[in-house]
This record gives sequence, C-alpha cells and structure tokens, in this order.
Amino acid sequence: MAKVLMKGCEAIGEAAIRAGCRNFFGYPITPQTEVPEYLAKRFPEVGGIFVQAESEVAAINMLYGGAGVGKRVLTTSSSPGISLMAEGVSYIAACHLPIVLVNIVRAGPGLGGILPAQSDYLQATKGHGHGDYKLLVLAPSSVQEAVDLIYEAFDLADQYLTPVMVMGDGMIGQMMEPVEFPEMRDLGSLPSKSWAATGARGRKPNIINSLYLKEEACNANSWKLKEKYDEIVKKEKRSEAYACDDGELDVLMVAYGTMARICKTAADEVRREDKKKIGVFRPISLWPYPYEALAAEARKAKRILVVEMSTGQMVEDVQLAVLGSKPIDFYGETGGVVPSPDDVAAKLRE
Amino acid sequence: MKKIFGYPESLTPSHTHYCPGCTHGTIHRLVAESLDELGVRERTVGIAPVGCSVLAYNYFNCDMFEAAHGRAPAVATGAKRCRPDLVLFTYQGDGDLASIGTAEIIHAANRGEKITVIFVNNAIYGMTGGQMAPTTMPGQVTTTCPFGRNTEHEGHPIRVVEMINTLETPAFLARVSSHTPLHVIEAKKAIREAFRLQVEGVCFSMVEVLSICPTNWGLTTAESNKWLEETMMPYYPLGVLKRPAVDRAPDPMAIALPEGV
Repeated sequence: MAKVLMKGCEAIGEAAIRAGCRNFFGYPITPQTEVPEYLAKRFPEVGGIFVQAESEVAAINMLYGGAGVGKRVLTTSSSPGISLMAEGVSYIAACHLPIVLVNIVRAGPGLGGILPAQSDYLQATKGHGHGDYKLLVLAPSSVQEAVDLIYEAFDLADQYLTPVMVMGDGMIGQMMEPVEFPEMRDLGSLPSKSWAATGARGRKPNIINSLYLKEEACNANSWKLKEKYDEIVKKEKRSEAYACDDGELDVLMVAYGTMARICKTAADEVRREDKKKIGVFRPISLWPYPYEALAAEARKAKRILVVEMSTGQMVEDVQLAVLGSKPIDFYGETGGVVPSPDDVAAKLRE
Repeated sequence: MKKIFGYPESLTPSHTHYCPGCTHGTIHRLVAESLDELGVRERTVGIAPVGCSVLAYNYFNCDMFEAAHGRAPAVATGAKRCRPDLVLFTYQGDGDLASIGTAEIIHAANRGEKITVIFVNNAIYGMTGGQMAPTTMPGQVTTTCPFGRNTEHEGHPIRVVEMINTLETPAFLARVSSHTPLHVIEAKKAIREAFRLQVEGVCFSMVEVLSICPTNWGLTTAESNKWLEETMMPYYPLGVLKRPAVDRAPDPMAIALPEGV
C-alpha cells in the first residue's frame, strides 16, 4: 500500500479502524481532538459508531459497556482527561476487559498547557486508578510507529484481556508524517468472546463484575491479575537500541517517544562532530519496562543520560535497571518546552 | 391444569439481602415479569448500580454488569451502541442516579439512548447506612443531616423525572410507587411499557419508583407506607409525565393480572 501523509491523531483513528475497531467513545480535549473528529467523519463509511460522551468519566464507562458486550472499543484523551478516566479503567482492568486507550500527553499538573510533554509517565506505569492493576503501556516515537502499535494494541488487549494504553505526546498527535497502513482486519476473524454479556441464550448469565465482598475472592482476583501481569512482563517487553553496537560508549542516552527521536539526532551530531561514541536506548513498552535490555546496553557505557520532557519521572526505572553500576545524569524540560537536538548535544558535551 | 402464577424466569431462585419491609424485591419482580412477558430475557443485559441494589446481578437471571457509582447509564450506552439488538436496563437508587450519576443520566436521556432506567427513590442512602440523598425530604432526619434536611443549607429535593422532562428528546417518563398492591399493579404497567418502548426501538424510557426504607427511616413498614404517602407523594406526584406518540394497539398484557381475577 502506498504511503499517505497524515497527522498523527488522524492516523491513530485510521489505524484503529484497520485493527477492527468500530466503536469510539470520547470527549474533546487538546491536543488529541483530531482523533474524535476524524472518526466522527470516517466511521459512517465503515459502519462504525461514534459517540461524543458528556465527559471522560462517561466515555470510559461507555468503553466498559462496549468491551463487556464483546466489541473492540477505543477512547483517546489527553492528560487531564486520562486522570478522569482512572476510575473506569480500574473497573475495566478488574473485570479483565480489553480496551485500547490513547493518551496524547500534554503538560501538567493541573490544567497545565496544551503543548507536548511526557509528564504522565508515572501515572501510566505505576498507578493510574485504585487497586492492584497495571496498564500495558506502549510509547511510539513516530506517526508510523503509532499506527503500528495501535493496530497491535487491540490484539494485545484481547490476548491478555486487559486495558492497553498507547502513550504519545502532543508532538506525535499533531505532526504530519508519511505513513503506511496495515490491512483492514476482517471483522469475522476477530477473537470470539464467550465471557461477554451478550444475552443469556441457552447458557447461564455472564456477569461483568469487580465486586467481591468476600476477602478470599477479592484476594484471588488480584492474584489472578498479577499472574497475567507476570506473563506480560515475561513476553511483552519492547525496546530499541540505537548506535549501541561499536564497543564502549561514552554516553548511553535513555529516552522514549518524541524525546528519543530528538536524542538520536543529537547522538548523530555529537558522534560526527566530537568523535564521541553516543548510543540511545529507547523503551517502547513503558510497562513492562525493558530493564534487562537496558542493563545490557548500560554495561557498555561510561555514563548514562536520561532525557525526558518531564522533571525526571523515568529516572527511577533506569536506576532499577543499572542498580548503581553506572553514574546516571538527567536532563529534562517540561511544560511544553521541547529540548532541541542542540540542547541535548550541549548536555552530552558537559 | 393451567398455571396462572409462578416464579419469573428472569429472576434467579435466590434469597435477597434486602431488609425486611424493603420494596426492592417487589420492584425486581416487576422488571423480571416484564422481561418474561416481552420474551426478551435471553437478549437482555442489566446494569446494577452501587447502593442497596449493588448485588442485583445475583438476582436477575440475565446477563449483567456491575457499574461504578452513578455510571450505569454510560455503561448501558456503550453496551447498547455496540449491540443495538440487546435490551439494556439500568437499576439505580437515588444516591447513585440523582447525586453522583446526575451527568450520566441526564445525557443518556438527552441522547435518547434506547435503554430503560429503573430509578428507585427511597429518599435516603440505604447501603451506607442512612445518609442524606438529593431526594431526602425537607426536615427528614438522616445521619448526615441529623437535625433534619435544612433547605437553606442542603437545598430542596430533586425531582429527577421532572428535570428530565424538560429535555426535548422523546422519552417515556413515569413515576409510580411500590407501597401498596394497587400501586404495584400501576408500577408494573409503567415498567412493562418502558421495556416495550425500548424493544420496539422507540425511545429512552425511565420509571421512577417511590420506595420505602423502614430500616433507615427508623419506622415500621406500616409507618413507612404512611410516611411515603403523606410526605413523599405530594412532592413527587405519580403518573406518566411524557409518552411518545406510538401508532399501535394498546398493550394487551399491560395489566398482568391472571385470568379470573
């Protein structure tokens, strides 16, 4: 299929359609509103249903209903909206339901700003809503990768019966790049869902529920979730090592999403001009975090520089990966300030 | 021999956890009878709320969800939009629907979701032990308005179906009561009609059912019935508030009395 030039948010909407999603529930918030706008217009052509909810709280509960009756469902939002969805996502995770949600991160906390940031890392990877649950979090660094990860996210959600978050930032959502779309999924080929609440015809009722008044049962559900998360940790870690294959590195940068892309440019520049060996490690799955892969690259480096569009939310995970074996520095800007390759190169030269 | 009365198929044969004197059991039965008579049990999905009827998913013999507090109309919206062939109902109390879930019910009604909402109003939070609800009557004593609801401080009780009646979107809106056999017969008619309109794909339908709560009102059942009649009914008038024009014969099963009665 030929490449098309598309804005990130619109490409995300089209990728969801390709993945077999025909139901979107969401609420406008900058900088991701082009997703609902795109789907509102595009869905009628493919028999999809678009509902503009009254709030993010309602939107995520609509996903709960849609996932519970066995359909592939999507919502997209941005940071303050994702906070509002925490309640519903906790219920969805507890009920073992598959959904895909996209966070096109904007600057926070509070109302923050509408420009790109990476300040929702801890929320996404460590604790969104209440209770013992996890989100599988994937972070694209290009529009093409956003398309590919959205397409895959629906399969992962169905495979593990769990919410999957694709976390981009305002840059991924707003920039235009050439993309190639995967094939349109045949809706008849999607996994069947015998647990779904689709009417108790010739069977006992299916109940979608997260209430366990007996402590043993509540305990058992949390451990059932944990077992699933352990399997995800085993099988779904993803990362990329860039320019890490020529012996000892002067600096290994660790960055994800848009920031990783900027770091690659900076690494190329410093390698070329300063003859220093600079590599970039890019986690693609933010949870599960690719600790072992990072540790393997870190062994080659004299020092590590973590670069984020936040005040350093991922640093703890890098520390856990290298366990004190290498010095770790951090460079970050947030609030919508996006470090340029020159800014990052200057830090590499310090 | 012809069977003229039996246990509804749409109820599971279980003992409920409801308090003595509570009318939730009666209202469950009216919903179940309506599903049975319309022949839709096997394509019905119910949404249980948070509150006294939180365990309703154990009592209805159809597919069920348990929703977060107040969110049942949003859950029902998602399910119905994804599967328009299903019959969706929510079963909610006054804390769930009229307080924390106000936005969800108003907007589901305004979008004209083809769902049926059973709203049980007993003027108090039951499950958490008798706190003030948006529908608590002026002067009524609860654990969080121990000196009686002061309208200067807590505002006036919300008449939910009247509020929804201000929306332009076509709907079936009714308020009934569950405190006497005669009222129960009228309640059944309204609930059945609400489901029938959904099954026919006509409109959003909602029935508010006035209910007693002897436990948290601190009254006997007889005293509770009297209090409901004297205090609640004048403020929450019974009747059909809105009915869409439907070109069809009257429902032959609307009064579900057995033959010979």
